Amino acid sequence: MTTGVPVPHDNALAHCTGAARFADDLPEPPGLLHAALVLSPVAHGVLGAIDAPPGVIVLTARDVPGTNDISASGKGGEPLFAEASVQHHGQPIAMVLAETRDAALRAAAAVRCAISPLPALLDMEEAIARESFLMPPQVVARGDAASAIGTAPLRAEGTFRAGGQEHFYLESQVAIAVPGEDGEIAITSSTQHPTEVQHIAGRVLGIDYTRLPVTCRRMGGGFGGKESNASWIAAAAALGAWRTGRPVKLRLARKADMAATGKRHPFLFRWRAGFDASGRVLGLEATLAADGGHSLDLTPGVVFRAITHALNCYDVPAVRITAMALRTNTVSHTAFRGFGGPQGVLLMEDVIRGVARGTGLAPETVRERNFAGGPNDTLTPYGQALEGDLIRRVWAECRQDAEWDRRRAEIAAFNATHPFIRRGLGSFALAFGISFGVRHLNQAGALVHVYTDGSIRLNHGGTEMGQGLNVKVAQVVAESFGVPLDRVRITATSTAEVPNTAPTAASTGSDLNGWAAHRAATTIRGRMAEVAGALWEVPAEEVRFAEGRVFVARPGDNRAMGFADLAHRCWMERVSLSATGFYRTPDIHWDPATMTGEPFFYFSYGASVAEVAVDLLTGEHRVLRADLVQDCGRSLNPAIDRGQIEGAFVQGMGWLTCEELYWDAEGRQRTLGPSTYKIPGSRDVPPVFNVRLLQDAPARQDTIFRSKAVGEPPLMLATAVWNAILDATGLDRIDLPATPDRILTALSARGS
Amino acid sequence: MPQVTLTVNGQTHTAEVEGRTLLVELLRETLRLTGTHVGCDTSQCGACVVHINGESVKSCTTLAVMANGANVTTIEGLAKADGTLHAMQEAFREYHALQCGFCTPGMVMSAIDLVQKHPEGLTEQQIREGLEGNLCRCTGYHNIVKAIAAAAEVMHGKRSEIARAAE
Repeated sequence: MTTGVPVPHDNALAHCTGAARFADDLPEPPGLLHAALVLSPVAHGVLGAIDAPPGVIVLTARDVPGTNDISASGKGGEPLFAEASVQHHGQPIAMVLAETRDAALRAAAAVRCAISPLPALLDMEEAIARESFLMPPQVVARGDAASAIGTAPLRAEGTFRAGGQEHFYLESQVAIAVPGEDGEIAITSSTQHPTEVQHIAGRVLGIDYTRLPVTCRRMGGGFGGKESNASWIAAAAALGAWRTGRPVKLRLARKADMAATGKRHPFLFRWRAGFDASGRVLGLEATLAADGGHSLDLTPGVVFRAITHALNCYDVPAVRITAMALRTNTVSHTAFRGFGGPQGVLLMEDVIRGVARGTGLAPETVRERNFAGGPNDTLTPYGQALEGDLIRRVWAECRQDAEWDRRRAEIAAFNATHPFIRRGLGSFALAFGISFGVRHLNQAGALVHVYTDGSIRLNHGGTEMGQGLNVKVAQVVAESFGVPLDRVRITATSTAEVPNTAPTAASTGSDLNGWAAHRAATTIRGRMAEVAGALWEVPAEEVRFAEGRVFVARPGDNRAMGFADLAHRCWMERVSLSATGFYRTPDIHWDPATMTGEPFFYFSYGASVAEVAVDLLTGEHRVLRADLVQDCGRSLNPAIDRGQIEGAFVQGMGWLTCEELYWDAEGRQRTLGPSTYKIPGSRDVPPVFNVRLLQDAPARQDTIFRSKAVGEPPLMLATAVWNAILDATGLDRIDLPATPDRILTALSARGS
Repeated sequence: MPQVTLTVNGQTHTAEVEGRTLLVELLRETLRLTGTHVGCDTSQCGACVVHINGESVKSCTTLAVMANGANVTTIEGLAKADGTLHAMQEAFREYHALQCGFCTPGMVMSAIDLVQKHPEGLTEQQIREGLEGNLCRCTGYHNIVKAIAAAAEVMHGKRSEIARAAE
């Protein structure tokens, strides 16, 4: 068995020795020009003349031979370079090309753009009041929420906000475009979506996709930030190559990357609920408003996931949830790990705390009272069933791991004696739907070759951003052929090898590509079995592949040969040793007219408990301990999955506690580097960090080897930290991120 | 243009540089040692850490001329010629202390300096504090801390080889 084994990341050695090459590490082709972007210094205005210093190559919207449109949706309204107006601070206006990167950066800084400023729409409340929408509001509803609230014995309501989040992948956006023969431009891109790079570059240049092969060996982090944003970076490099006939590299400086690329959507929440004295929520009305920034980008998908996750793992009989996508003069917000899910699941947290206050019950009691399944309904308001037993299982196991009752008492004793440090415990439980909300993206392809020495070349449509997708898919292929993992060679993602792919996103990478590669491998294995069966005069079904050997599965029959020997024999017998594999997720459907359906192949479950200490004098806080239980089905690689869970939790913790994006009154983004934008450092993570994969819980759906997705769900487990901060401080509510100054302000307002 | 002569990973190089050329530019662009990365441009993320005369420095804010006459070690210079890894490299691999790998070279270089500065041994808390100048966006640092603790035992002669990770 090669799946289920905690083998290291396939590039571990190369990363530890510096041998792994990221796009900017590749040898530069002769004649390479370096590119730098000219970005808008204002949030909104009418664009006039663009003046460049003499002798500098400057490309603007006028130089686009195809369509100046980088929209992922293809609906337009998202130019590569601004045309008549600028719509956000940091918007690309032009691109400069020079012989060195330094010269390009200096020339870009010297370009002057005449812009007549216009008032900038920045505030979400104002955007709602002006109905500044990117798309029509969406509603998911079941029952009569208004009357359920009206007739309920108790009522509560709330308003709160959650901020956005910068991806801060350590490798900034980068692409290299190299002109070849006959109008071809080969692109190397740090992208989660090579096919979209191909499409956007094709649209911008007005040329066929066949002339735009796109390759990605690896990214230095993605987190959603290289899903749609990588496409326009690459299209700009391709435009430079097309215009000059020379190779062009565009690598964004960190500051430019943070200014020009989208972030996680900030959200505004409003709700009112009716409930009874037992803590059961009877009716809920809520509005979730997402700040989409100046253009659509992937906002429809983010809103979809927010609205389908707004009840998380809870059941509310009568519910009406409205989701809005606001258009503001900020950078176009985009995919970020969880894709609206992390924001959506915040809603019930505030509701649960409101119900807890209204009833005098503990929030944990209110959670348990309202979990879907058991005595409550299992169906989400949009009509898909949750597995109530799994919700209860992760919850119970996590509470046990965390020694909840013992530590509650211990913390109470500590708080009673310390003059100004308050410790608190918070919990969280999660049901996260796995599949792309857009049905057609739930497909994948793979290409597998077996060579006559028995070595296996694997290519699939997914991209490697550090999440260990390649090693997981290689484990699947090795198991399919019954060979050791080192016989499988992983290769760069390429649109020339596997075309028309989906982005590596929505946690689906190993689910989709694992199946596709498995199918390619089993096709070849079937042909090889026929050859062996013919040789041994047994049915092909009796030929087995294991431990690098092929043998007859019959007691007493000892005939066997090496995998490589059989591969060579197949070639001699003129049998193909190459195959493609294709997979599409079964049984998913969605009706946008009624906002109902079963859009997810399955749900991933998790639970968490966090303990924090808050300094009441400064608002500073630390997470002292976290206990997580995450359902990964039958994990393909427990070491890789644990790493995903740990990293996601810390990234979520950053979003909720210290990562604060700041736009000034003129709409200028002021957090454009790690000096002003704080991601978690080594001192910020919980010193006691217990992460456990749910055991003996193979996926109930037909996933690849019964594994489950892991990329996004554990990010949301960090929500327990928010609850712990409120528990420690006794505050009713705090907007996110819960920074020290926000906590201190709230404590001061309360007068403690 | 100023001339610099420096020893990088045991080899002496002489190069003409501009006064403003950064050490990381000399390493990556002139010497083609691309294992050292640039993450933030402003010496906060630590992806660019190399050793100058055995001490970790951020090469993205060090001028190349400041390394004149110095002995520079980069990630490429840690393993022995026969491929034997440095204990820190071995530990990072064994403990799954990396995901995307972009921060790894700088993280390994910083970690080695940290361990060398503490011959008396390091607590997990000291490791966390010592790593403050290196950012990782993928791992949550948990396995990085464990890897450094394991490597420290070997570097300080308390164990002969890297202890196996628990899982």
